[in-house]
Amino acid sequence: MPVTDLVSFSVERVEVLDPEGNVDESLMPDLAADRVMELYHWMVLTRRFDERMLNLQRQGRLGTFARVTGQEAAHIGAAFALRDQDWMVPSFRETGIFLMRGMRMEHYLQYWGGDERGNVMPDGVRMLPTAVPVGTHMLHAVGLAWATRQRGEAAAVLTSFGEGATSEGDFGEAMNFAGVFQAPVVFLCQNNQWAISVPYRRQTAACTVAQKAVGYGMPGTQVDGNDVFAVYRMVNEALDRARNGGGPSLVEALTYRVTDHTTADDARRYRSEEEVELWRRLDPIDRLARYMKKQGMFDDVEEASVIAAADRQVSEAVAVFEALEPPTPEEMFAHVYAEITPPLAEQRADLLRRLEGKR
Amino acid sequence: MVQAIDQALQQEMERDPNVIVLGEDVGKDGGVFRVTDGLVERFGEERVLDTPLAESGIVGVAIGMAIAGYRPVAEIQFSGFIYPAYDQLVSHASRMRNRTRGRLTVPLVVRAPYGGGIRALEHHSESMEAIFAHVPGLKVVIPADPYEAKGLLTAAIRDPDPVVFFEPARVYRAIKTEVPEESYVIPLGTARVVREGRDLTVVAWGAQVRIALEAAERLAAEGRSDVEVIDVRTLSPFDFESVTASVIKTGRAVVVHEAPRTGGFGGEIAAQLMERAILHLEAPVRRVTGFDTVPPLAKLEDYFHPDADRVVDEIIATMEF
Repeated sequence: MPVTDLVSFSVERVEVLDPEGNVDESLMPDLAADRVMELYHWMVLTRRFDERMLNLQRQGRLGTFARVTGQEAAHIGAAFALRDQDWMVPSFRETGIFLMRGMRMEHYLQYWGGDERGNVMPDGVRMLPTAVPVGTHMLHAVGLAWATRQRGEAAAVLTSFGEGATSEGDFGEAMNFAGVFQAPVVFLCQNNQWAISVPYRRQTAACTVAQKAVGYGMPGTQVDGNDVFAVYRMVNEALDRARNGGGPSLVEALTYRVTDHTTADDARRYRSEEEVELWRRLDPIDRLARYMKKQGMFDDVEEASVIAAADRQVSEAVAVFEALEPPTPEEMFAHVYAEITPPLAEQRADLLRRLEGKR
Repeated sequence: MVQAIDQALQQEMERDPNVIVLGEDVGKDGGVFRVTDGLVERFGEERVLDTPLAESGIVGVAIGMAIAGYRPVAEIQFSGFIYPAYDQLVSHASRMRNRTRGRLTVPLVVRAPYGGGIRALEHHSESMEAIFAHVPGLKVVIPADPYEAKGLLTAAIRDPDPVVFFEPARVYRAIKTEVPEESYVIPLGTARVVREGRDLTVVAWGAQVRIALEAAERLAAEGRSDVEVIDVRTLSPFDFESVTASVIKTGRAVVVHEAPRTGGFGGEIAAQLMERAILHLEAPVRRVTGFDTVPPLAKLEDYFHPDADRVVDEIIATMEF
């Protein structure tokens, strides 16, 4: 009765840009200077917008939302590899990706300000809305991916989620369907190491999220999630493979949630400031800026002007947001069904009659 | 109410070593609403388990623990996230006793913040109690204030069957009542008369009890009608006897719930009153409810939820029928 080694696997980690701003040239993706500048612009815009959102939330002008600060490389680097015909299926922290895909900032603010009218992408943009229930949306990505392939489109789907989501049953189902269907989908795990107060170690006994790919018959890689070049490189490769009929992949971007989980959370209750500080020093934007300066792509003056331009853009959007008229109560009934049903029309009429009486 | 629930958990854990608490962020963080604050420090990680992020997992594992003789109190962080666990509740927790002819039982409590009024983001404002009350074998409890929450949760933990315990999030810190230090039980399936009256009975639960009271007081102050308010406390088992007795006395009823109108529990109450008290009714039973819409986000939330104005209007319409 021989014992045979059936399968063995290893999991690779890819790093391109180190914290000092040096790159491994052999792994550096082919990006012209203006493309690198573009990456930097989106990361800065995301950061400044996120900070402004926090400000607005503290003033009571936005509701609870999840911040993205510190994870810009993992978001922007991945979305930078998307083409217009690809789909993006986000969870609830993808502020920067929404902006990159063309959502207007004032609409994003409107949505988090408690007004559904903001929850719309410009026509033709292939991105699903924010999905608040953790881990439920990856299945939709698989369905979209199946559909694009069925129609013969050279397109792929990117879906992002946190390491907490990998504990949900739906994650396993999505990975399994993707493997079985060989769907052109890339699973991007934003492993920021904390699901509210629960650390990575309490989420899974596996050393990496990346290795979970093995069980579903697809390749899995871990990248330094604060290294925008590594994220871009591996997601780009995976999307290309998917578009060319090579099936699904899992990319784990190992990063860190330097902020609270949401504006309603207080992370000081469950983790040390030292740990957070350690990761702040690995900031993805600072790292990219160091690289660009070393390469002579820009200097302190240009850096300041990119930041100032981002701030101007954010301020303009905030001004538009603040001038928006509040929604009317009819909005609540407008999109429950394609056509309002008779009972719902009756309820709407009752409400409007009541409000009329009050005026 | 947060402290009252925390106290009930502490006292039951103290009383019965089989009582354990599990869920997302219930340990070190003390729960996102701080309901389980201090539990892990007092009872240790063996009895207060921070779980992976998986609702079906939490409830399914808790079912196994309960079958093994523990008394798990599982927390689902928001009732809007409970649906992955609905299968476990419907397919297993609710029917294990029946399937094994009483040999295996599931003395489990699933707690979840529920309902709107807290200006929350999507999936944090639902009130879907009817789809739980509809499941044979589940009990459904919704406390209206801190005193009620402590006594009802204590009863739920000691109950031999699975109980879904929905805590109105907007009541968590908004309503204060005296809560005795010592442990006490409010039996499941007993409604209470919160305010006595002669003319009409308002039936409510959870956050709507206070709104019903506000409407009743307003009508009393105006000298228009004398309204009785009943807090049903548990939707399943439902105390139809008390509600019927009240309506036989007053001859009129209005049901208030923030859940959508169609298929809401108000329909069941109206039907029961038809069957039990039709010859005593002076007017049709009317309902004040949420609309059959997705609960709107913060900006439109106040239009969705019943308020005292709407309750007053329905009471007047019923009185004038």
